[in-house]
Amino acid sequence: MRGRSELDRFLETDPRDVGCEEAMEFLHVYVELIADDPQAGDRYPGITAHLRACGPCSDDFEGLLAAVDSSAS
Amino acid sequence: MKAADSAMGGAIEILNPTLDPVSAEWLNSLGGTEAERKAAQIKLHGLLLRIARGEVSRRSGHLRIAGPELDDLAHQAAADAMVAITAKLGQFRGESRFTTWAYKFVMFEVSTKIGRHVWRNPNQSMDAEDWDRLPDRFGFEPAEESEWRDLVAGLHRAVDEVLTERQRRIFVAIVLNGVPLDALVAELGSNRNAIYKSMFDARRKLRAALVTNGYLETDTSRGS
Repeated sequence: MRGRSELDRFLETDPRDVGCEEAMEFLHVYVELIADDPQAGDRYPGITAHLRACGPCSDDFEGLLAAVDSSAS
Repeated sequence: MKAADSAMGGAIEILNPTLDPVSAEWLNSLGGTEAERKAAQIKLHGLLLRIARGEVSRRSGHLRIAGPELDDLAHQAAADAMVAITAKLGQFRGESRFTTWAYKFVMFEVSTKIGRHVWRNPNQSMDAEDWDRLPDRFGFEPAEESEWRDLVAGLHRAVDEVLTERQRRIFVAIVLNGVPLDALVAELGSNRNAIYKSMFDARRKLRAALVTNGYLETDTSRGS
């Protein structure tokens, strides 16, 4: 049943999740690491876990990554 | 080497604390003579506006804003990012390129302004409580109602019994009413981190309650 697994995923929390404040504090550093190596997120599980769970911070991450990419091209 | 320790997320290692030449030039000119500073501010504002326009355009698919209003939002975001960058210039530690650090403030301002726009022009009530919406939020199929009815009722009970009043309000706004988190920030006069933390704790408590009451089979969450 799709709804059950969706609800389960939504309710699941990751204690490594650093929260918005810390993730955003280091967002510029994290973005440059990911821009250089897309697998770099594995080394920073706290921020990666947060971006996976927080839509607004994930939006900021995607936007900053796009900005960095557009500036590099 | 400088490392910023993260309580739960490991460390971000700053491998090259030396400013790259372009970032150093930005800092020098923004802290230079009045003429140098003004020229640098004009140049930086141009970059911020380009990034803000790109970002509002990237997000516009989810918004009911278009045309001049969207461009006005980009202008406001770029201007306010410029103010924030100028005020926080001394906090730039060279952990990234200067422009990446600066563009981060554009993202924050775009998010804040979109959140406020949604708050001022809501297409949903923040506080209405219609539990009939919940099945659709999670993709429960009407044809399978006999299989999920008890689970949804159990979730409703858990929301009533285990959440604080504030957690309940935030859960209802975000989950039942689909209010964007940044719009709720504007509504409650709070900040993103505080709202997210309340929702994080609510999710953990609700899942534990559903496991305890047998609605979810095992507790696979990493939380305690």
